[in-house]
Amino acid sequence: MASLAPTFGRGAMTNHWVDIKNANLVLIMGGNAAEAHPCGFKWVTEAKAHNKAKLVVVDPRFNRSAAVADYYAPIRTGTDIAFLGGLINYLLAHDKIQHEYVKKYTNATFLINGDYQFEEGLFSGYDAAKRSYDKSTWSYVIGADGFAEVDETLANPRCAFNLMKQHYARYTPDVVSNICGTPKEQFLKVCEMIAETSAPNKTMTIMYALGWTQHSVGSQMIRTAAMVQLLLGNVGMAGGGVNALRGHSNIQGLTDLGLLSNMLPGYLTLPGEKETDYPTFIEKRTPKALRPGQLNYWQNYPKFHVSLMKAWFGDAATQENNWAYDYLPKLDKVHDVLQVFEDMHNGKMNGYFCQGFNPLAAFPNKAKIGGALAKLKYLVIIDPLATETSEFWKNFGEYNDVDSSRIQTEVFRLPSSCFAEEDGALVNSSRWMQWHWKGAEPPGEAKGDPEIMAGIFSRLRDMYKKEGGAFPDPVLNLTWNYAIPDLPGPEELAREYNGKALADIADPKDATKVLVKAGQQLDSFALLQDNGSTASGCWIFTGAWTEKGNMMARRDNADPSGLGETLGWAFAWPANRRILYNRASCDPAGKPWDPKRSIIHWNGSKWVGFDVPDFKPDSAPDQGMEPFIMQPEGVARLFALDKMVEGPFPEHYEPFETPIGTNPLHPKVVSNPAARVFKGDLEQFGTAKDFPYAGTTYRLTEHFHYWTKHAVINSVLQPQQFVELGEELAKEKGIANGSMVTVRSNRGHIKAVAVVTKRLKALTVNGKTVHTVGIPIHWGFKGVAKNGYLANTLTPYVGDANTQTPEFKSFLVDIEKA
Amino acid sequence: MALQSLDIQRRSATTTPSPDVRQTMPVAKLIDVSKCIGCKACQSACMEWNDVRDEIGTCVGVYDNPPNLSADSWTVMRFSEVEVEQGKLEWLIRKDGCMHCADPGCLKACPSPGAIIQYANGIVDFHEENCIGCGYCITGCPFNVPRISQKDNKAYKCTLCSDRVAVGMEPACIKACPTGALVFGSKDDMIHHAEGRITDLKERGYQNAGLYDPQGVGGTHVMYVLQHADKPELYHDLPKDPQISPLVSLWKGITKPLLSAGLGLAALVGFFHYVTVGPNEVKEEEAEHVEKEDI
Repeated sequence: MASLAPTFGRGAMTNHWVDIKNANLVLIMGGNAAEAHPCGFKWVTEAKAHNKAKLVVVDPRFNRSAAVADYYAPIRTGTDIAFLGGLINYLLAHDKIQHEYVKKYTNATFLINGDYQFEEGLFSGYDAAKRSYDKSTWSYVIGADGFAEVDETLANPRCAFNLMKQHYARYTPDVVSNICGTPKEQFLKVCEMIAETSAPNKTMTIMYALGWTQHSVGSQMIRTAAMVQLLLGNVGMAGGGVNALRGHSNIQGLTDLGLLSNMLPGYLTLPGEKETDYPTFIEKRTPKALRPGQLNYWQNYPKFHVSLMKAWFGDAATQENNWAYDYLPKLDKVHDVLQVFEDMHNGKMNGYFCQGFNPLAAFPNKAKIGGALAKLKYLVIIDPLATETSEFWKNFGEYNDVDSSRIQTEVFRLPSSCFAEEDGALVNSSRWMQWHWKGAEPPGEAKGDPEIMAGIFSRLRDMYKKEGGAFPDPVLNLTWNYAIPDLPGPEELAREYNGKALADIADPKDATKVLVKAGQQLDSFALLQDNGSTASGCWIFTGAWTEKGNMMARRDNADPSGLGETLGWAFAWPANRRILYNRASCDPAGKPWDPKRSIIHWNGSKWVGFDVPDFKPDSAPDQGMEPFIMQPEGVARLFALDKMVEGPFPEHYEPFETPIGTNPLHPKVVSNPAARVFKGDLEQFGTAKDFPYAGTTYRLTEHFHYWTKHAVINSVLQPQQFVELGEELAKEKGIANGSMVTVRSNRGHIKAVAVVTKRLKALTVNGKTVHTVGIPIHWGFKGVAKNGYLANTLTPYVGDANTQTPEFKSFLVDIEKA
Repeated sequence: MALQSLDIQRRSATTTPSPDVRQTMPVAKLIDVSKCIGCKACQSACMEWNDVRDEIGTCVGVYDNPPNLSADSWTVMRFSEVEVEQGKLEWLIRKDGCMHCADPGCLKACPSPGAIIQYANGIVDFHEENCIGCGYCITGCPFNVPRISQKDNKAYKCTLCSDRVAVGMEPACIKACPTGALVFGSKDDMIHHAEGRITDLKERGYQNAGLYDPQGVGGTHVMYVLQHADKPELYHDLPKDPQISPLVSLWKGITKPLLSAGLGLAALVGFFHYVTVGPNEVKEEEAEHVEKEDI
């Protein structure tokens, strides 16, 4: 998400599951859709069956997706930027780009600050001591009129296109093969297949998941893919896009609702501790258009923010108190999960609430996580299952060898319902908010999460009421108008995040007309106001529960386009649009690039079609508004400006634990120079001398995370922990198929059954043979499956520089007979 | 009509004719190996629908789990790593289970009346209440499918969800399959569907793609689309030309008539004994003894 928003404007899958069937080519890279998303994968088989699509899989392992692929190429884990950078170089060198698209719809033509440069692995502005960049040179040349300067001819060497060309000229097929270990002819074959989709009537879809996000350069991997799709003209098109397959049924909803520590709902952001002044805060978040005539939709930021504050604090949020700005916490830094456990480990936390989260299993370096939990005074677990985290203090022999007598943490376990035991909406990868109805009552004492949270909240509020406190106002003034205060209903919550009018909303074109009456549900976020007359708990969800009722519960799958544009099925944010940036599916004159993929078009007076236009509906093509309406410049970004932590162009950096110990592109800068590494964790990184093999963790289709080992059928289907290694390595180490092995990293070890396979091949990288050891994650010491080790005993405590998603996919291990 | 709503065509060890007024359409399950991702949703659905739960076993060095068919696992995925062309790895994943042969070796071999049924739609079903646990069906099966349960000493295998099919539903595995690798319908339709798939596979470079519907057992009501139909043995030893074991022919062909003749002879002798000597009479104390034993 941290890469799609800087590139296109929104942090979400650009297209949707059903639309995958419209592709001519499906690239699965950084994911394993057949394995991890078997139901969604059906749309790949549809594309193959009805569109004669080809499926290409690029992965360190010949996986279940590769089993049904038309072409498979191996790659060393953690080197996808090199591969995709090489692909960009190939597309430019062979002139396989969609020129008009690139010129009109990306910032290719934009002139870049003269002081921007890239040298020896570093971009301009690096501060080695702080491990961060001064990003001021990663900017456009701004003209006297306040707009960014462009060169439509692309002749200027300082335009983004030429800088990009120069940047990736280094990524020759030989360089790619040397870094990735992909045989050169296989790399070129993939390039050739992908290049065909530069034709306006051909599209490629890219499906990725945690295989890209879980690297110290994960966001930049995704950005490289986004750049490829822009060069090919595949964004906004049916059957195109960069499609993030979410690993959890509602993880899209998690980011949408702002559950990350620095976010507010709807991708609004919390203030930093220096932002004490409201006008400055709001101005900083309200961009000005960078090119004439652009919609620059984030200019409406104040409307979204004020409506959120009205939803939360009602009458207590007023113009006079800056809409309760003081109620918002001000961040000293981002408190992502790695930071939180770092603080906990350093004894800076007393208590921790763990809701639907099993960090002992799910976060890296189990020893550190367990040690951190042991320093807490109390730990509250809200979960349907008896998780490993809830029993981190208990000795489970070799699997959790702790001394319980030395752990004083008090653990409260509050059993909750699971998704099938409650009504409500989930937001899937396609951004569809789909209402669902409970299939059963929760067992025993289990309660729904809203009921548990409401119970805790009302007790806290009573304490604030009785005892006062340093600053009781936000707690006492929080809107809490639910019919049963201790049991907020899913319908009530849904109506709240949709939003309503607090006063009559007049038509801006005709003040005598009232668009919405006070108290009515809003149809669209276009109605939101910055004067306190509207409330909306999550502006992007507006339209989900209107005066017409629950739009998420709709189940009309009529598809007049035949392209899977089922507008009557559930509700897709934003505004029920199914394919984001769909204005880019038409040429500048408003005619679809490919008549067979017509989703919207300009009919002479407005934009119409099978999808909801992601555009100003009445903006004529000759008015020059560009398709990426969330960006102040109206176009997508090949050059990411200052939006990415480690550079405006993705650059290949090695994983923090690299099997080759160097970066062949620039030996002085091996790994991500802007990634955050905590003191103490650095010492725990291993080197190839002691841990010569590339380790990577992943999921199996038989299980879901650490949940389904509690279920009998899943456990029958995959009962026992195993690791995978290639035949060559097994022979070298004398490891027999089916025997027990020990896998070590510098942080610990696990024991598991060896699965010796042809599907993991040794790769030649930088003159060295690199073997991969594959480590499925699903086992632990709770549940009905055979007990096993938590795989994250092995993984390193470092995350992506932008999102802090841990580097679960690339680290170093050794393996031997147990 | 019996309680079941499917017409019976043949019953093991039974010679009385079956009703054949209704015109029943032969059905088939088509397993497209080229579309299978080995997700095991079919295994899961099979366990759910049929209320069978195999033990939580161990990993034996492959993805296959449970590692073999059993009385509690009526279908399992077989994963085979092969290099048909040098350097081009393929991971062939075949759903294994009963093939529902048109000429079922199990039924032929079964000595227990009505323990194995063939319905008019082609489904071969085991009626465990009639099973005597002799295991002849295992000998009779060219695909090594039936398994004797340790719990009740009766033979089990895939029923092709005859209970679901009887009321117009597809088998549970078909419903669960996310990729359309499993399809179900009339045998004619399935052959037609397979033809389309084979054309597609040939266009994608699988010159030997074809349908597996082995004629040695009269064709099957579970068929495969194979990328390499010329080499079915690549798919975890799927037999190239399955035949019913000669032992079954021996038993049915020569031994059985002889035994039947022996039985007939015994009956004849009994009859003559009855008309010449009179009925065997049970003495009172003997009858009492039997009753007590029953208690």
